[in-house]
Amino acid sequence: MELRIDRIACDGAGLCAEILPELVTLDEWGYPIIEDARVGPGRRANARRAVTLCPRLALRLADSRQRTSAEGGAAPSGSRAA
Amino acid sequence: MMERLLTVTGPDLGRHLTRHGELPLRGPARPGSLGPLADEIAAAGLRGRGGGWFPTARKLAAVAAAAGSRPPVVVVNAMEGEPLSAKDARLLTVAPHLVLDGAALAAETIGADRVILAVPVGGLGPMLRGVVTERARRGIDPVSVEVVEGPDRFLSGQESALVRWIGGGPAIPTAKRPFEQGVGGRATLGSNAETFAHLALIARHGASWFRSVGTAEAPGTMLVSVSDPDIRVLEVPVGTPVGAVTGPAPAILLGGYGGAWLPGDQARELPLAPEPLQAAGATLGAGIVSALPYGACGLRRTAAIAGWMAGQGARQCGPCLFGLPAVAGDLALLADGRATRTDVDRLCARTGLLPGRGGCAHPDGVARLVGGALRVFGDEVEAHLHGHCVETLTYRRAS
Repeated sequence: MELRIDRIACDGAGLCAEILPELVTLDEWGYPIIEDARVGPGRRANARRAVTLCPRLALRLADSRQRTSAEGGAAPSGSRAA
Repeated sequence: MMERLLTVTGPDLGRHLTRHGELPLRGPARPGSLGPLADEIAAAGLRGRGGGWFPTARKLAAVAAAAGSRPPVVVVNAMEGEPLSAKDARLLTVAPHLVLDGAALAAETIGADRVILAVPVGGLGPMLRGVVTERARRGIDPVSVEVVEGPDRFLSGQESALVRWIGGGPAIPTAKRPFEQGVGGRATLGSNAETFAHLALIARHGASWFRSVGTAEAPGTMLVSVSDPDIRVLEVPVGTPVGAVTGPAPAILLGGYGGAWLPGDQARELPLAPEPLQAAGATLGAGIVSALPYGACGLRRTAAIAGWMAGQGARQCGPCLFGLPAVAGDLALLADGRATRTDVDRLCARTGLLPGRGGCAHPDGVARLVGGALRVFGDEVEAHLHGHCVETLTYRRAS
């Protein structure tokens, strides 16, 4: 499982870093930094709690294979068309 | 130089038909499957010319697979929000019918019933509407075609932003993937205008003709916007050395405002092809080559670009709201000769935190630009820390 953040929904409340300090740190403006998004079995209960408590519903636990563009993954598209 | 796309036919349909011949329609695709042209496009190895260089055949397949029971939509993206790019406007000026041919063929291939051509407001919209009307009068296109004029902003051409704007929303990126949920919730093929023009020629001349120039990984020709300093648009085979399109320069910006600087001599040796430029730490993007004039300061130039880019963000995510203005501010401080070494360290740290954390790739582009500038203009950084700038020739003490 992986922790995913909807960066557009996130407004930097920072609860995720309080609940999952070993996974999430915050930048100087309070927005999450995740070095390694993988969530081991021992941390899943806390990760689920963080997902439930995020005031913007910006967190989710996902299968490691699926990605969406707003989460930094590669959609089959040219990024911008400049 | 080589002319496949840039042969001037202009808005006149007769001249276009004389030069390129009839639109080679192959018959509609069966619902849920791809039309016969898809195999030819796959064999040609066509890749998107909007900057992503994603294989067009895979994109067609993804849209067709996601379409379900409702016909998909084709969006021709000529928003060209990048200030150093002029190729889409040039292409639509000299060969608008070629672009529209490609869009009609793509629509037929994926079973779309609607084509939307998006250009920035205040530009080619009225001329293109005339072209579309003439094609409709002559019964050229098998689908409905409309021209829309979007806001002239850097992010307006970002695919999800454009689709959102066409649907009546703001022209800023979303988390929705256009190929699944695009215009009106329908699966949407959004591709750059140049990509459609290549597609129109592949349909006429075939995959091996297309592959006869370019590289094995990225076949065909490409349009390049070269600024040194005036912007020119050239058509060259993919893989042409940078040095063949621009002369010696102290540094060259490849890939535009979200691209990267390389030392001029190194850049001029490199081929204009996506993978080699990526390996060198730059990007081909939409084919942008911009030379730093002798006597100009790369840090000042980069600070100006970063400041502009910070103002062009969608302001939806943390890196865009706070990271970009902070990085631009730090860089401006350095460019003005007012930064200390601590400020530079902070700039490096803040730049390093931009990639992969935004709602779209806008922060990643700025990080590439600024991070690259700090490396390539390392001597300039030191000079500026001592209050010296090659361009302004002023000496100041850093406070």
